[in-house]
Amino acid sequence: MTTEAKNDKTVVLDQDGHLANREDWNEELAQELAYHENIGELTDRHWEVINYIRDEFDKKGDAPSIRKLTKESGVSTKELYKLFPKGPAKKAAKVAGLPKPKGCI
Amino acid sequence: MTTFVTQDKKNGEREQESAAKPIEKVSIIISKGSLEEVYPGLIMANGARMEGIEATIFFTFFGLDAIIDNRMDKLKVATVGNPAMHIPTMVGGLPGMSAFATKKMKKEIEKLDIPPVREFIEMIHDTGAEIYACRATVDMFHLDERDFCEQVDGIISVGEFYEKSAGAEIIFT
Repeated sequence: MTTEAKNDKTVVLDQDGHLANREDWNEELAQELAYHENIGELTDRHWEVINYIRDEFDKKGDAPSIRKLTKESGVSTKELYKLFPKGPAKKAAKVAGLPKPKGCI
Repeated sequence: MTTFVTQDKKNGEREQESAAKPIEKVSIIISKGSLEEVYPGLIMANGARMEGIEATIFFTFFGLDAIIDNRMDKLKVATVGNPAMHIPTMVGGLPGMSAFATKKMKKEIEKLDIPPVREFIEMIHDTGAEIYACRATVDMFHLDERDFCEQVDGIISVGEFYEKSAGAEIIFT
């Protein structure tokens, strides 16, 4: 377990560094998580990806594949790797407050 | 300022000290050209990039078919000589068997949202992975740069392959 000590608030992460409790998530915390993952300031493009994968997760119970994400969110593979360097699927899921994606693609 | 404390979930031991060093770079060799022997390498390369691992793919021998522009869309499943296909070799050799198996596998692959070979190569290249063709094979088959899809970053020798693989885990498929 990892705990994030933020002022007087403690947020629990699972062993992979994803939010343990989805209810803890809010837009402010997303930004905090983004700083922690070295993604920096979240832009509108980041938010398009985050909102899309959150919607997909609510519908399907898992984060979408990169192929589906790039086809449906309008963010290309190249841009996605720029927005979330060093592992976009996992990084985007972390910032979005979702568990580690299960898929291989 | 946010402080993060990482602890092993069992005994409070610092996780970083107990965990093995993560893989930072992979060099994947694809040496065969049937559909079922090309995909594993591609999936591993794409999966590496998804994890933030650097990836290079080196196509050699019949693996080159996966990056030859007028062949990459026509890769077939081999239905002969593979006991795990559970088709007797004599039956697997009948006309149309390979086409049938290929069609079926492509359908299953699409269901898993795995792209066709050409789209997959484009996608993997867009993730920042590098794609190379083997010099010796290119010469042996009398090919040149114009025969390959545009994602191929170059035709390189084995020596250059090893240079580019410095610090990488080499995976032969």
